[in-house]
Amino acid sequence: MPSLKDLKNRIGSVKNTRKITKAMQMVAAAKLRRAQEAAEAARPYADRMAAVMAGLTANAAGSESAPRLLAGTGADQKHLLVVMTAERGLAGGFNSSIVKLARQHAEKLRGQGKDVTILTVGKKGREQLKRDYGDAFVNHVDLSEVKRVGYENARAIADEVLDRFEAGEFDIATIFYNRFESVISQIPTARQVIPAEAPQADAVDVSALYDYEPGEEALLADLLPRSVATQIFAALLENAASEQGARMSAMDNATRNAGDMIDRLTTEYNRTRQAAITKELIEIISGAEAL
Amino acid sequence: MADTMQFDLVSPERSLVSVQVREVRLPGTDGDLTAMPGHAPTIVTLRPGIVTVLASDGNATEYAVTGGFAEINHGSVSLLAERGHPREEMTQEVFNDMMADAHRKKKAVEQKHESVGEEIVTAAVKLLADMEALGTHVGLDPNQASVPD
Repeated sequence: MPSLKDLKNRIGSVKNTRKITKAMQMVAAAKLRRAQEAAEAARPYADRMAAVMAGLTANAAGSESAPRLLAGTGADQKHLLVVMTAERGLAGGFNSSIVKLARQHAEKLRGQGKDVTILTVGKKGREQLKRDYGDAFVNHVDLSEVKRVGYENARAIADEVLDRFEAGEFDIATIFYNRFESVISQIPTARQVIPAEAPQADAVDVSALYDYEPGEEALLADLLPRSVATQIFAALLENAASEQGARMSAMDNATRNAGDMIDRLTTEYNRTRQAAITKELIEIISGAEAL
Repeated sequence: MADTMQFDLVSPERSLVSVQVREVRLPGTDGDLTAMPGHAPTIVTLRPGIVTVLASDGNATEYAVTGGFAEINHGSVSLLAERGHPREEMTQEVFNDMMADAHRKKKAVEQKHESVGEEIVTAAVKLLADMEALGTHVGLDPNQASVPD
């Protein structure tokens, strides 16, 4: 049975924890709003880009001279997994769910005898994957100094991926991130960025009307790398919003749990105190009776 | 036919401009062009340069853009640029940043000269030259930018 003093200390420390988790929740809520706004603001560019790309790729996909970024290298032996996680923990299952998906993916590919290399973005994913896949790491992108992800960051990652593609280091690149569904639901997502995925059939007919200047192929060669950067940027933004959302709900839970714990401890404290009082009373009464 | 059309200038991070305009002068990679309402649907890549927008009240606004393309339709022009700034906001600092970027690109391409081929090197050199021309045009000094080693 813990003493009264112990109980009092514990209640105090849980109260402090609750204060911290509450503060983190509120910070996450504020950041979430900003992250959502950023994701929202980036949407017009991404949508237009996707629409134009859909038209162009639909026209070029069949042709022999399609760029390698679109047609692929003709092999699917070497895979690059770009695993994007957060720089910080305490965000519920945010990091683990991405890592889990990437891990499943890597296992499946290895089972098929493919080569897997991994590029990590964000510290947490790297830590979790290091033990099993440490030898497959090609590089790590550190975003811990970045307060707010900008297009520059996405382009740096895209440039690195494209350089490695040019150098023939992989045939297929897939990015892993959490898609922001709502504050309480983030969906770990794998998306193939190289070679570009074939467009939906319904997007095709609108595009055939356009004149292209310079030629279609020059345009495609110019836009494909940009499209990769745009997709990575979109993923980074989704990830940022998801991270804050996940942290917010995790900290909300933590705050509530701390509250429950305080209630329980307080009850126990009161009981113990009452027991001590009763015990003293009994002692006094039985002492008086003995006289 | 309507005498104005919708003009949007969007960067990856946010939408910069969305207005009704009478005409848009674009610095295309293969030469400048002007888009007016009723233009044939065209997609055109842009070189670094000045985009001039003639609003419906006749006022001209200029924007400096780099690295992008424009989608022209009958009733709208959408300009997707990696960077876009109103001309008044084009300070030496912003321009230095752009120049450094172009220098870096050229350097990177030159190092891989063997693998990428002449065409891409020429393109990078041209990009740098266009960037310089853009700076001179708005009265900024291209030589102040730090050239990365």
